[in-house]
Amino acid sequence: MSQTQINGRTREEMAQRLAQDIADGSYVNLGIGIPELIAKFVPEGREVIYHTENGLLGMGPSPIKGEGDPELINAGKRQVTALPGAAFFHHADSFAMIRGGHLDLSVLGALQVSAEGDLANWSTGEPDAIPAVGGAMDLVAGVKKVYVITQHCTKEGEPKLVERCTYPLTGRRVVDRVYTDLAVIDITPDGFRLVELSPGVDFETVQERTGATLLPADGATR
Amino acid sequence: MRSKVCASVGEVFGGLKARGVLQDGMTVHVGGFGLCGIPEQLIIALRDSGVRELTCISNNAGVDDWGLGLLLQTRQIRKMVSSYVGENDTFERQFLDGELQVEFNPQGTLAERIRAGGAGIPAFYTPTSAGTPIADGKETREFYRPRDDTRGFNRAGAPAGHPRKIEYVMETGLFADLALVKAHRADPFGNLVYRKTARNFNAMMATAARVVIAEVDEVVDLGAIEPDQVHTPGSYVDAVVRTVSEKRIERRTVREA
Repeated sequence: MSQTQINGRTREEMAQRLAQDIADGSYVNLGIGIPELIAKFVPEGREVIYHTENGLLGMGPSPIKGEGDPELINAGKRQVTALPGAAFFHHADSFAMIRGGHLDLSVLGALQVSAEGDLANWSTGEPDAIPAVGGAMDLVAGVKKVYVITQHCTKEGEPKLVERCTYPLTGRRVVDRVYTDLAVIDITPDGFRLVELSPGVDFETVQERTGATLLPADGATR
Repeated sequence: MRSKVCASVGEVFGGLKARGVLQDGMTVHVGGFGLCGIPEQLIIALRDSGVRELTCISNNAGVDDWGLGLLLQTRQIRKMVSSYVGENDTFERQFLDGELQVEFNPQGTLAERIRAGGAGIPAFYTPTSAGTPIADGKETREFYRPRDDTRGFNRAGAPAGHPRKIEYVMETGLFADLALVKAHRADPFGNLVYRKTARNFNAMMATAARVVIAEVDEVVDLGAIEPDQVHTPGSYVDAVVRTVSEKRIERRTVREA
């Protein structure tokens, strides 16, 4: 696919944009990759409580040099801290919290998202690929809201927002909203619907790089 | 009651051998998440016991030279039941060569299967993995989501207009011949207290095996653990051994002050 250079949002700007949509008082699980950048952009004055699958609610930032604890890590196996009011629990409790709908928001990366909200993010299905199941299937099955944050297209320029996922699914009809370098897009009963374009990006460009029909933003006339 | 505290890992494994617990082809729960909270000295002893054809139930497979990676190097593991197994070249090679069988479980499904196994529940339904390849070949059934079902409609039938049923996947409980777990503190009764995120899978695995061995940082006198603070009651635990753990860190992440 030949594409002209469009400077959409950087990874950091995508994370910053998503952070604006996290409500005060939310219980949130952030996936590995771009989602990890989100916490530092949550607007001041909003309190967000972070959950990590390996048994911590109330996760804080990485430790100050020299103060790390080998027994205090996050699901990405990185060292973290526990904030005042934090709680530790075992994995079955942690996933009861996830599956039982006791968390407000899960933010994940994606290989593909379909117009019906199917998510594929654990395997390319290729013979030499090691599947990475992890906790994503539980998160999308149970957390109240699921946001995906991803580049709009693959490095090869293929759309990641597609009519139907070709990679193995993580969950069926589970994604609520997608944040990409080019746009913010809702999954609606009618398919992909634009919420907003990134600065300097036009609708036609986003449609051209989306593998399914993109509906204009609510209230927009075109 | 006779104290469950053993003087050394060697004594623990001597006891296991004498009782005929160590058998080729056995299934072993190995606690930990990544390298955090793994029973590192018990894993080394399991390797040195020479037992083979193991099925290891463990969220991860260690790294090449630590944790379960040690038993992969010696090819003592035939099958892994895990959720994520990156960061290990030995694993990758054996998996791609087809030498090592792997059953991938969603992380929460794995945790709940072990909890269920320990609780005497042979199977349960979960929404996780419905519509994905992980559910292939498994029994599925539709239910109302529990939080949409405060009136017990899953038994009685719901009135029109109630939220629709969704698909659930049946998963089975997991019970092992042996569980190797890591805790922070134990007393002579085998009561266990875990520390921070090293609790992870250890707490469920300690309930779900015929024989349960705990490797701990410290052993305290009877009564020194507040009954309110016990995480795993001693009845689940067969033997306790104090070790000096290396507690390796997989991804050292710090920030400047």
